[in-house]
Amino acid sequence: MSIVTNELTFYYGKKAAIDGLSLNINSGFNVLLGPNGAGKSTLFSMLTGLYQSASGDIKINGYDLNHERAKIMQSMGVVFQQSTLDLDLSVKQNLTYYAALHGISSSQALENISEILSQLQLTQRLNDKVRSLNGGHRRRVEIARALIHQPKVLLLDEATVGLDIDSRKMITEYVGSLSQQLGICVLWATHLIDEIAADDQLIIIDDGKIQAQGISGELCKKHNVADVYQLYRSLTASAEIS
Amino acid sequence: MNNRYLYCFNGIVKREILRFFQQRSRLLSALVRPLLWLVVFAAGFRAALGVSIMEPYGTYITYQQYITPGLCCMIILFNGMQSSLSMVYDREMGSMKVLLMSPLPRPFLLCCKLIASALLSLLQVVIFLLFAQLVDVDIPLMGYVSSIPAIFLIAFFLGALGLMLSNLIKQLENFAGVMNFVIFPMFFLSSALYPLWKMQEASLWLYWLCQFNPFTACVELLRFALYGQMNILALTTVLIATSIASFFALMSFKPLHGRK
Repeated sequence: MSIVTNELTFYYGKKAAIDGLSLNINSGFNVLLGPNGAGKSTLFSMLTGLYQSASGDIKINGYDLNHERAKIMQSMGVVFQQSTLDLDLSVKQNLTYYAALHGISSSQALENISEILSQLQLTQRLNDKVRSLNGGHRRRVEIARALIHQPKVLLLDEATVGLDIDSRKMITEYVGSLSQQLGICVLWATHLIDEIAADDQLIIIDDGKIQAQGISGELCKKHNVADVYQLYRSLTASAEIS
Repeated sequence: MNNRYLYCFNGIVKREILRFFQQRSRLLSALVRPLLWLVVFAAGFRAALGVSIMEPYGTYITYQQYITPGLCCMIILFNGMQSSLSMVYDREMGSMKVLLMSPLPRPFLLCCKLIASALLSLLQVVIFLLFAQLVDVDIPLMGYVSSIPAIFLIAFFLGALGLMLSNLIKQLENFAGVMNFVIFPMFFLSSALYPLWKMQEASLWLYWLCQFNPFTACVELLRFALYGQMNILALTTVLIATSIASFFALMSFKPLHGRK
C-alpha cells in the first residue's frame, strides 16, 4: 500500500498551487501538515482524480492514476474537508448509495461495515436523516462510508475541522487505530498540531512543496527543535496554526 | 449487465427517486404549472386560436388538445433543468465528488443520472395526462403506450442539455438565468403553443427560429406518438440533438486541468 507522486505541478491561473511535489508514503498513519492554502486540498483532489496535474505522475498501490483510475478508486476511500453527505437521506441511504457507486450491493455494504458502524456508535442511527446528526456524527458517517468498499488507502482532508474536542479525539484515535488494525495506508491532512504524535509519519507542506518528511520526533531532533510546533514554524513561511 | 453496473444503476436511480419524493413541492409545481396552462390559458385562448385540421389529428381539435403535447414537453424541460439544478447543488455541496470518485466509467454514471431523470419525467407526464383527461383532452389508450419511448428520448435529450448547462453554471444563483435564456426561449419559440404556420403568417424569421429549435422537434415527436404515429423528421432531429448534447455533457465532466 503506497502513494507515490513524482514532480507534480498544478496551477490556478498562473499561481502554482502544487510545485514539483514528490512524495512517497507507505502503510501506516501519515500526517500531512500545512497551513491553509499550502496545497493540501489541491493535492487530495489530484490524488482522487478530480484534478488533473499539469505535469508529473501519481501512482497508488502501483497503479498509474492516468491509466488505471478504476483500479485506484476501488482501493481508495476519501473523507473530504467539506461534507459530501446527502442531508435529506438517511445514514443508511447515504451508505448504500456510496456502495452502489462502487458496484456493491446494499446487503454486502452493510455487512462490510457492521463492525465499523458499531465501533463508531452509528448502528442505532442508521435510519436517522443526516440532517438531524451533529457535526461529529456526520464525520463518523463519512469515515464509515469511506471504508465501505474496504479500501487499502484512506485519505482524510481536515476531517476534524469544526468539531468539538471529544469528537476530534474520538476520530483521530479511531483513524489512527485503523491503520494498525487493517494495515492500510492513511493520509491525514491537517493544520492542527495537536493531532500529531511523536511516532507519526509527518509530511510538512507549504507553498505547494514538501518541506520535510519523516518520523515526527526524529524530524524535531534533526532540525534541533523542541516540538512539532517549532519545527513547523521553522519550515513554513506563513505559518497559520492552531 | 455486470452486477457492479447493475448495483450502481439501481443506486443512482433510487437516490434520484428518493430525493424527488422528498421534495413534494417539486412534484406539485411540476403538475400545477402545465395544468394552469391547460385549464386557464387554453380556456381563454381557445376561441382566439382555433386550430384547423392538421397532422396527426384527423379532425378539428380543441386548443386544449393541441397544446397538450407541448405542455408534456414543458414538464420534461423543467424536469431536465431541475436535474441540472440538482447537479449544481451537488457540486456546491460536494456530493458530486462522491459520484465522480466511483471506479465505474463516468459516461456510465452520467447515463444513469439521465435515465433516472427520464423516469421521473415519464412519471410526471403520465400523471399530467391523466389530469388532462378531465378537461376533455382525448388521447387514445394506445397513445399512452406509444408515447413512452418518445417521452424517454425527449427526457434524455433535455436531461443531457441540463447536464451540459450545469457545468456552465458556476453558481447556484445563476440558475435563474437558465429560465430566461434557455427555458422560456425554447418553449415559446416552438410549436408547443401554436402551430408554426400561424407563426409564419406573423413573422418569417421567427418561424425559422422555431423550425430550427430542437424543442419543436420534441413537441412534434410527442404529438405524433400520442396518436400512435411516428414523425420521422422530428425523431431524427431529436436523435441528433441528443447525441450532440450527450457528447458535450460528457466532455464537460472531465477533471479540472491545472495547466498554467
